[in-house]
Amino acid sequence: MIRRSMGFRISHYHQITKSPKHAWLAAVLCVASLLACQPAPEDGRKPAPKAGQATLYYFTWSDYVGPELLEEFERQTGAKVVVDTFSSNEELLAKLQSGASGYDVIVPSDFMVAVMMKQGLLAELDPAKIPNAQQLVGALATLPVDPEHRFSVPYLWGTVGIGYDSSVIPTPPDSWAVLWDKRYEGKISMLNDQREVFGAVLRLMGQSMNSRDPAVIEAAKARLLEQKPLVKTYTSDHFDQLLASGEVVLAHGWGGPVARAMALKPSIKYIVPKEGATIWADCLVIPRTSRNKELAMQFINYLMDRDVAARTSERLLFASASRGAMALVAAGVQNNPAVYPDEAALGHLEWMLDVGDALRSYDRGWTELKMK
Amino acid sequence: MMRDPRKAWLRAASLGIMMFLYLPIAVLVVYSFNAAKLSTAWQGLSLQWYALLARDHALLVALQNSLLIAAVSTAIATLLGVSAAVGIERLPWRRRTWLDGAFLLPLVMPEVMMGVALLLFFVLIKMPLGLLTVTIGHAVFNVPVVTMIVRARLRKLDPHLEEAARDLGATPWQAFRRVTLPLVRPSVIGAALLAFTVSLDDFVVTFFTAGPGATTLPLKVYSMIKTGISPEINALSAMLVVVSMALVGLSLVMQRTNEK
Repeated sequence: MIRRSMGFRISHYHQITKSPKHAWLAAVLCVASLLACQPAPEDGRKPAPKAGQATLYYFTWSDYVGPELLEEFERQTGAKVVVDTFSSNEELLAKLQSGASGYDVIVPSDFMVAVMMKQGLLAELDPAKIPNAQQLVGALATLPVDPEHRFSVPYLWGTVGIGYDSSVIPTPPDSWAVLWDKRYEGKISMLNDQREVFGAVLRLMGQSMNSRDPAVIEAAKARLLEQKPLVKTYTSDHFDQLLASGEVVLAHGWGGPVARAMALKPSIKYIVPKEGATIWADCLVIPRTSRNKELAMQFINYLMDRDVAARTSERLLFASASRGAMALVAAGVQNNPAVYPDEAALGHLEWMLDVGDALRSYDRGWTELKMK
Repeated sequence: MMRDPRKAWLRAASLGIMMFLYLPIAVLVVYSFNAAKLSTAWQGLSLQWYALLARDHALLVALQNSLLIAAVSTAIATLLGVSAAVGIERLPWRRRTWLDGAFLLPLVMPEVMMGVALLLFFVLIKMPLGLLTVTIGHAVFNVPVVTMIVRARLRKLDPHLEEAARDLGATPWQAFRRVTLPLVRPSVIGAALLAFTVSLDDFVVTFFTAGPGATTLPLKVYSMIKTGISPEINALSAMLVVVSMALVGLSLVMQRTNEK
C-alpha cells in the first residue's frame, strides 16, 4: 500500500515541479540580470571604482547640475558623486531634520539657509578650502542671512519679476500694477507662493515685502482679492509653458523659466518692476551630518569655478554668483535681464527675510485668497 | 437593435466612468509622441522624447533603483506573506480573526502614516536612510497584499488534500512543498506580480524612507515637474503605465488559472 502510494507521489512530483523549476530559474535570472545591469551605464564613461573610493552625496534641485560636469569632477578627484533631487525647500528641510540624512552638499534657498542655521543643521565652512567662493558678484557679497558666508556659498541667483508677451502688450510695462490691468483678465499667472505673491503687492504699495504690520498685510490681502478674478492660475511650476503657449500673457515668476520661455517664443520679455522685487539665491551648504566635509568643500569649490559656474549659468539660465563666471557667459545670456538683472534693477531688489509671528497673518491672508 | 433602456443607461454610465478613468492616461500617452516641446500644442508625431529618455543617465539610475527595490522587496514580501497566509489559515477561528485585523490594518491605514512611522522607526534605531530602508518599507506594505491574495486561494483548497499527503507519509514540509504550494502557485505568482507593481509605483512610503542614492522613478518624476513638465515625463509615464498594466494583467491571469 505504502509502496504504491510512494510511486504515485514520485511520478506526480516530477510532473508538478517541472514548471516551478523554470519559474525559479526565470526569477533568478531576472534578479541576476538586474544586478548585472547595475554598473552598466557607467561603464566606459567613468573610471572604474577603486576600493575605498570616496562618495559624495549631492542633494539638489532637479536638473540643477549637468551630468558632464559631475563626470569631470569624478575624473579630477577619483571620487564618485551620487545625485538625488528634491522639489521644494520644505522637502529638503524635512529630510535634513529627520536626522538620518547622509548628504554632503545641499542647495537650500537663502531664507531656508537662515532656518537651517538657526536649527544648527549646517557645518561651518573653511574659506581657505573654497577659494573660488571669495570672488562673488556685488549683489551677493553680503547675504543678509549669512553675511560672512560662514555656512553658505551663494551659487545661483536671480530675481522675481514679470514675464510678458510683447506681441500682445506692445508698450513694455514697468510696474507691478500691470498685473491688475483688467484688459488682461484671465491671461495672468501668479506664483503659487504666498510670500512672493504678497511681496509683489507689498512693493506695489510702497512697502517692504518683509512687512510685519498686520494692517499693511491686511491691505495687501484686499488688493490680492481684488486681483484674483483676473488671475488664470497660481502656479510655480509651469508658468513658462503657459507664457510660451500663449495661455497667459503676463506671468509673475522667476527670471530663469521666463528666459527659457523666450527660447520657445521670442516675443516673450521680462521686466523687474520699478517698485522693486525679490532677489533670491540658492546656496551651497554642508549639513552638519556630512561624513565627508573635505570632499564636500572641494565639490563646492569646483561648482564655483568660473568655467563650471558659467556653463551651469548658461544651461539653466540663472545668474551665477561667481564674478569671474559672469564675464565668461555668452553675451545673449549676460544681457538678458531675466537672467542677469541690469544695474537699475539691482538698486531696488529686496531679500525675503523671516517675518517671525507675522507669518501667521500671511498664512491667514493666503488661505483666504485661495479659498475665495 | 432595441434593448432595455435601463441597460442602455447602464452602458452609458460605465462608458462615462471608463472615460473618466482612462482619458487622462490616454492624453498623457498621446502627448508623449508629440514633436513639440510644449505639452499644450500638437506638432506632429515624434519619438524624440523616448530617445531623450534612453540617454538620461539620472533617470536610468532611478529606474535601476526602482527595479532593484521592487525585486528585492517583492521577494521578501512573498516569502513572508505566503508563510503568514499558510500559518493563519491553519489557526483556530478565534485567533484567526484577531490576526485578520492585524494584517488588514496596513492596507487600510493611510499610507502617509505608514511612511512617517517607518521613518521614525529607522531614525530611532539609527539606521541610515537609503536603498535598504526603502526596500524594507516596501516589503512592509506588500506583506499584507501577498497574504490576502494567497489566503483567498488557500481557503478554496480542500484541506483533505494535505491531510491525505500526510497520511501517505509526507512530512509537513513535503506536504506543503509538493501538494499545497503547487496548488496555490498561480496565486503566489499573481500576488508577487502585484506586489512588484505596487512597489514600482509607490511614492509616499518611498518619499519618507528614501535617503542618499535611493531616488526611485516616482520620486525622480516628482522632482522633475518642478523644472517644467517636459514631454520626457510623458514618455516615461507612458512606459510606466504600460509596464504596470501588463504586470497587473498578468497578475490577474495568474490568479484566475486553476480556478475551475
